[in-house]
Amino acid sequence: MFKFFSSSNVYSLIQKLINFINSIFFLILIIGLTFALHLSPPDYVQGDSVRIMYVHVPAAWLALACFSSITFLSILNFIFKIRNFYFINKSIAPIGLLFTCLAIITGSLWGQPTWGTWWVWDARLTSMFVLMLFYVFYILAFKLLRKEELIIKVSSIIAIIGSINIPIIKYSVEWWTTLHQPASIKIIGSSSIHPAMLLPLLVMLLVFLLYGALIFLMKYKTEIIRIKKKNLKRL
Amino acid sequence: MLNKKVKKRIIFLTFIFLLSIVVVFFILNSLNKNIVYFSSPTEIKQREDIPFEKAMRIGGMVKKGSITISQKNIQFIVTDFENEILVSYSGTVPNLFAEGKGVVVEGSLSDKNFFIASRILAKHDENYMPPEIKEIIEKNVK
Repeated sequence: MFKFFSSSNVYSLIQKLINFINSIFFLILIIGLTFALHLSPPDYVQGDSVRIMYVHVPAAWLALACFSSITFLSILNFIFKIRNFYFINKSIAPIGLLFTCLAIITGSLWGQPTWGTWWVWDARLTSMFVLMLFYVFYILAFKLLRKEELIIKVSSIIAIIGSINIPIIKYSVEWWTTLHQPASIKIIGSSSIHPAMLLPLLVMLLVFLLYGALIFLMKYKTEIIRIKKKNLKRL
Repeated sequence: MLNKKVKKRIIFLTFIFLLSIVVVFFILNSLNKNIVYFSSPTEIKQREDIPFEKAMRIGGMVKKGSITISQKNIQFIVTDFENEILVSYSGTVPNLFAEGKGVVVEGSLSDKNFFIASRILAKHDENYMPPEIKEIIEKNVK
């Protein structure tokens, strides 16, 4: 089963996927932005600053999703020593950090006109800040350590400890009183967001997903090329 | 697939995971009072050891028809629909500050019913809708 994920098999697939995403990405980006910036209605209290949400929410979701998948792959890598997951994780981490920072920055820009402050240390904002720190530590483990064995150990432990933060972020708005509003979109039950705003949000989510996938594939490709070069030198 | 080394690593990871969950749980539990960003008027009424003249935050809804603006300051009632606290504040308020909307007030209690604010933050709820829909809903309620 794991042979399917071996680098040589995957390499040819990656180039095809990159080309495919490149061909549809800008089209979907344009559709998403027209919906988000022009066609969607303003909010009844926030006015046009609601449009920041179309960047903020998908970025935050993907930041959490990236860390979850890093944790999952880290655990598998640590237990079964599948070297390929190491390179996948190395490629996902910077995207996750980017999305986390994006969510924090756009949230800050939204907070100033609506709440009246750029930043408060409430549970949601603080836990998101902690997630950013975990991403930074995770990436630093790859940058600072030399031995691959050691990197796998240290980074997996960072990922596993950091993963406890993920449910804390998700439920921080329910467990404690926070300035941040509770989730509008629920998996079970009805969402408290109007369909005219939900649609652009979902299109923007797709845009962010494709963008994240694109950057990931490009980084992953570079990693594979690097491995192949090393192997050649060894021969 | 599950040889001895793999089993060892699984046990090691589970151990670290459980240990860190326990540690995080205890940290959060002991910090619970500090993580809570604001207290509601009811919580303040019920607590015995409330510190007066000390920086704290209260939150709730601005009671409808309770905002009075005088030259020097603005007064309004924060309510959680069970208990109320009168707030006095002088300064600028955020855009979203309005009657019937959520608010978080920073400042100190001078007694259990009177709060002197130093900063006002508007709390937005999780409802997102276009203005026209809001009008329709209001019409239906009436």
